[in-house]
Amino acid sequence: MDLLSFARGPALTFAMAIFVIGVLWRLIGVLSLPAWRDDSPPRKGAPPAWLSALQAILGKMIPHKTFLKEGMFTTVNGYVFHIGLAICVFAFAPHILFLKSLFGFDWPALPNGLIYAAGVITAGSLLAALVYRLANPVMKLISRGNDYISWTLTFLPVVTGLAASSHIGARYETLLALHILSICVFLIWFPFGKLMHAFLFVFSRGATGIRFGRRGAQL
Amino acid sequence: MKNVQSLGALMEERGVSRRAFLKYASYVASLMALPPAAAAAMAEGLAKARRQSVIWLSFQECTGCTESITRAHSPTLENLIFDFISLDYQEVLMAACGEAADAARHAAMADNKGKYIVVVEGSVPTKDGGIYSAIGGVSNLQMLQETVENAFAVVAVGSCASFGGIPKANPNPTGAVAISDLIGGKPLINISGCPPIPEAIVGSLSYILSFGKLPELDHLGRPKAFFGETIHDRCYRRPFYERGLFADSFDDDGARQGWCLYKVGCKGPVTYNACATLKWNGGVSFPIQSGHGCLGCSEPNFWDGGGFYRPLPTPLGATGTVLAGAAVAGAALGLGASHLARKHQKNYLAAPKSEED
Repeated sequence: MDLLSFARGPALTFAMAIFVIGVLWRLIGVLSLPAWRDDSPPRKGAPPAWLSALQAILGKMIPHKTFLKEGMFTTVNGYVFHIGLAICVFAFAPHILFLKSLFGFDWPALPNGLIYAAGVITAGSLLAALVYRLANPVMKLISRGNDYISWTLTFLPVVTGLAASSHIGARYETLLALHILSICVFLIWFPFGKLMHAFLFVFSRGATGIRFGRRGAQL
Repeated sequence: MKNVQSLGALMEERGVSRRAFLKYASYVASLMALPPAAAAAMAEGLAKARRQSVIWLSFQECTGCTESITRAHSPTLENLIFDFISLDYQEVLMAACGEAADAARHAAMADNKGKYIVVVEGSVPTKDGGIYSAIGGVSNLQMLQETVENAFAVVAVGSCASFGGIPKANPNPTGAVAISDLIGGKPLINISGCPPIPEAIVGSLSYILSFGKLPELDHLGRPKAFFGETIHDRCYRRPFYERGLFADSFDDDGARQGWCLYKVGCKGPVTYNACATLKWNGGVSFPIQSGHGCLGCSEPNFWDGGGFYRPLPTPLGATGTVLAGAAVAGAALGLGASHLARKHQKNYLAAPKSEED
């Protein structure tokens, strides 16, 4: 079995299985816990729980004005690489074909030139995020191995994808196999590291919103 | 057949001008992407060379590779046979048969010891002593070993000879193997394809004849001149791939517009061959130009690659079943973890509290 067949076959299947097991384990494990009991009565004019949750989820997409200036770089840079990653993952024709093979439906792709541009910007933005993390004393102090592993495993599929599309460094099938293998490692790590925030941020923000909203805090 | 006369003398005798000879050498040199100066060196090498004795062995194959070489348009097979090589044994093309044919093979081996080239078409069955394919009671395995022993070089023609091909495909009932697995350290060129491009066969033979050595090969033993780039990189439909324009089926509007066939299973991006540049039947067309995706036939294990119409980005194997099982396992683990957490909470709340609590 050659490297590409290994990557497309057993490696990818194994990684996806671990991803599904891990994500469902953590999500169902958290969501089926007993609800946090709040014995205090709801404050006057407190919005319904669903509205508080929604306000927190959407409202916290932009930092509070008190922290806006201070956190401008992390906010803008965060949006750049998140949107860039979304474009690369969901708008590139081969990726859409892969997702179609799993879910049974597809959608139109963007031209490759735009995807390559998004990939380069995303890689640059991720590098900037790493430099900021290392250069900022507070960020450096609170960073753990989990953060660096999550960064590395996000960065690798982007650079291997760019290398494969531009045939830099090795033969195309080798680069493609490395790209798929880097995604395999990403998928295996995803449920157990900070990458899981992609699913959990909705619930953690929502739960905080419900708790604060009931107590009359403005969200 | 003894070939004592040089090719140059032979050509002159037959009225072939030096200009025509140089033209041919230039064509072959350009086919192999050699520098311009190499054309003159090639012509000189060819002129000095003796007619090369070639023994063509056919094993587990469909004769498609022979069919292919008979369609070589420049040089034609006739040119090759009558002018440059002495095809001393080729079961399909030779007039002799039976014991006479085999005697020709043995005579060629004796007369050209250490100098003849063995071309092999087809894979070799090795299971049960190689009994699944034999010629005149001699197994392919035995015939290959006997013939290759004193050969100058071996040329594996076609994907079956190069990589095992269809006979080696899962479940490989005859234990078929590629020629490279059986000839030890003998110099070998793989000219893969199902069938291979005829110009790649005659071009490689001409190169050996001219320079007395093998052309530059890739990691799979294929001449880089013909297998140096992917079909996708040289495909005239590549601009449609870059623009995200694809045929979704073989009869939709995209297919009629001639858009990229990536979504209908084209393996061009991972297939190294010269189909998109040399094309077939004298440069008339190639599969993608005729509306069908590349099958990847010049790559190892192409028959077991997950299906001709399965797009390249799709995972191989029974992903759906595995993921369904994973979902059930993940949900069970989640519910189990939650149950344990509730139980732990209940026990904690029920336990008598110490004063510190």
